Amino acid sequence: MTNIKLTIPSLSDYVGVVRLTASGIANRMKFTHEDIEDIKIAVSEACTNAVQYAYGDSPGDIEIVFSIFEDKLEIKISDSGKGFDIDADVKTKEDDPEKIGLGLGIVFMRSLMDHVDYDTSVNGTTVTLVKKVIS
Amino acid sequence: MVLDLNVSIRENNSIPVIDLEGEIDVYTYPKLSDALQYVFETYPNAKDLIVNLDKIRYIDSTGLGVIANGANQIKKINDGFINIINATPQIKKIFDVSGLISANFKIFDSESDAITSLTK
Repeated sequence: MTNIKLTIPSLSDYVGVVRLTASGIANRMKFTHEDIEDIKIAVSEACTNAVQYAYGDSPGDIEIVFSIFEDKLEIKISDSGKGFDIDADVKTKEDDPEKIGLGLGIVFMRSLMDHVDYDTSVNGTTVTLVKKVIS
Repeated sequence: MVLDLNVSIRENNSIPVIDLEGEIDVYTYPKLSDALQYVFETYPNAKDLIVNLDKIRYIDSTGLGVIANGANQIKKINDGFINIINATPQIKKIFDVSGLISANFKIFDSESDAITSLTK
């Protein structure tokens, strides 16, 4: 297993950098074009949630760890922010048309990846995304 | 490499068309939001608006959220629709997963298909 770590400020400007990195790693692992696009969206959604919710008005860091296995890519996106209630947040966002995209982000992660896990507390949130390599 | 979104606005058969180029994400979506508001103010009676995704390489939930919100607005104001054209298979898949298509907007393969349908 090989790890590649990336740390970005929790600013929207840098989400594209994570997407480009994910694309490069997934391409090297021989994922299909469709799978690479799925991974790009899922990792962007996790970073977007961290950018928008983790730290409030004072930006912090978001750490992204890409773990390359023979048969899968595992991506952990971690912040040290305030944490959140996934189900409550999805419901709130779905009730607010201005914020419909945010609830969709969680729908996309769940739909596009093989496994999604959230570990959230008052000390921060880690989202784990897994995509299996289909040989 | 610059990840950005370029927006231009024109008309085809009196229907406003927003041409988009680049990527729509949490960084760039305000440009799309501004363009939609500009069109709603400039064409207050428009029943249809075309959004051309021909040169869009990437869109995520933030972009879809803005389009869905725009679709809600045009529906409320003029009982109108946002019409998406030239979406790649991957982007169509994202619209599909979102479950928003039938409720909020229409998708056409090409601009000519959209114009033919909308000007009948």
